[in-house]
Amino acid sequence: MINFLLLPILIPLITGVILIFFSKNIIAQRWISGISSIINVIVSVLLVQKIRQGGIQTLDVSSWEAPFGITLVSDMLSALLVLTTSIVACTTLLYSFRSIGEERERFYYYPCFNFLIVGVNGAFTTGDIFNLFVFFEVMLMASYTLIVLGGTKIQLRESIKYLLVNIIASALFVITVAYLYSVVGTLNMAHISERISEVGQSGIVTVIAMLFLVVFGLKGAVFPLYFWLPGSYYAPPIPVMALFGALLTKVGVYSIMRTYTLLFYHDTGYTSKILAILAIFSIIFGLIGALAFSDIKKIIIYNIIIAVGVIVFGISVMTPDSLTGSVFYLIHDMLIKATLFLLVGIIISITGTSNLKEISGLIKKYPGLAWTFFLSALSLAGIPPLSGFIGKLLIVKGGFEAENYLGAAIVLLSSLLILLSIMKIFINGFWGTPRSYEGEEKVPVKTLMIAPIILIIISILYGVGAEAVYPYISQAAETLVKPEIYIDAVLKE
Amino acid sequence: MEIIMIFVIGILFTCATYLMLSKSLLRIIVGTGLLSHGVHMLLLTMGGLKKGAAPLLGEKATSYTDPIPQALILTAIVISFGVTAFFLVLAYRAYQELGTDNMEKLRGMDGND
Repeated sequence: MINFLLLPILIPLITGVILIFFSKNIIAQRWISGISSIINVIVSVLLVQKIRQGGIQTLDVSSWEAPFGITLVSDMLSALLVLTTSIVACTTLLYSFRSIGEERERFYYYPCFNFLIVGVNGAFTTGDIFNLFVFFEVMLMASYTLIVLGGTKIQLRESIKYLLVNIIASALFVITVAYLYSVVGTLNMAHISERISEVGQSGIVTVIAMLFLVVFGLKGAVFPLYFWLPGSYYAPPIPVMALFGALLTKVGVYSIMRTYTLLFYHDTGYTSKILAILAIFSIIFGLIGALAFSDIKKIIIYNIIIAVGVIVFGISVMTPDSLTGSVFYLIHDMLIKATLFLLVGIIISITGTSNLKEISGLIKKYPGLAWTFFLSALSLAGIPPLSGFIGKLLIVKGGFEAENYLGAAIVLLSSLLILLSIMKIFINGFWGTPRSYEGEEKVPVKTLMIAPIILIIISILYGVGAEAVYPYISQAAETLVKPEIYIDAVLKE
Repeated sequence: MEIIMIFVIGILFTCATYLMLSKSLLRIIVGTGLLSHGVHMLLLTMGGLKKGAAPLLGEKATSYTDPIPQALILTAIVISFGVTAFFLVLAYRAYQELGTDNMEKLRGMDGND
């Protein structure tokens, strides 16, 4: 069972390769990818259980021992994120069966989907900084294909910008890795951390930390580097958008979390101040965007930026409470963003438009849709029994403990404005006089609803059953608070 | 040797930045190509440009070269290869579909936001 942690990467990889051979047989593609994604969820659950009992799992690829070869490390944080990724992938896949359209399915939608999951799971699992870059590229390459698949005008136009931004970010990533290698002479993250603590965090290491912040901030859409996100995420079809919104930016946030708690935790005065300022600005600017637009897709897209800000604020505070809160909120946000995007997708496919001014009175005909949306809106804003609340509470508590009152207050206030931005959709779209829309009878609302309902149930259980989930989350946060656990597990000393 | 390399890298980055800021899509792609070349050379230089034998045990050489930067560059080159190829195809398709390669005209302001 030593290779167990490799399975969440291998299963989608093999599935993707197999699916290429079935590119013209859509039914076979659906079955194969559906079954493999369910297997992936099961494997991830088993992995989480294994780590709960046996501690951090590591795998030295080809038996090259830890600092010399590539190491894959699965601690609780990465295993939980892999599990969430698998769940989101499974449900999004379920949604795409009925909505993505045969044209796209025939042109390698499912293989690309699986390769994207390979990249995301790999980025969560790897313990080697250059390998992180490689998995980023796997993920990005698949995302380039997914964002342009279908070839409509807006997709072509926006994907050029997406591609260009990511090429520059990747180049910067390699530059930063080069600098880091020249300073510490190793690529294994645990070993880097050890070396840095031996020599102390000098000025050059702080510069490298800042460069990493730029790189991961570009991928994770932290202020001021989120400029590309609203345009690029607007273009692709809804399942792809859900996948991107739930997973891709979160990989950037995870990388910030990992590097700042594992590598650059010695001299946090400067770095954490910058992180906190950027986080607060991300929240504010995200809120401005979310409140300003009357386009439902745009509102949800700007909510991604707010969530990234909240999580990064939790990381910047660096108390045990706030880190636990960040982990909690990160997982919550992956689930709830996928739900919201899928629900918005159903609204758009019913009404044929994403402009709020042309939608009204949906609750009469689609009460189920309306109430699911209402629940997910409450969860996003962080109303008590639901999952957004606990994460935010812990982050705010950590913020007050660390005496960053302004930041904590803004995180707290942001909940209200998030609620306002989402309720705008609810009030305008679901209330009012019912209208009839062209072609709404053709939309298979009932089958489309399955995926968001599964997600919202998981999200509610995650919030209500926080008592049961908490040991897992705190085990994940423990590694962040005490990086020695991670280092010892990898280097086996 | 390192000094010369640094200048070369700097010139490559300058040219890449200049090209990427231009309006034409093809110039931007050439710019990204130059950028990745600069990055690869930087990676090699930061690993240390040493003279030594191949890093094989049992060769009894006095000094060995560090193989890791070369392995990293190999990976990075392959990735930039793929991305550049994809970008070229994308640019061609976008030119066919949108009828322009001018970035000024590719702004997303016509009625969708």
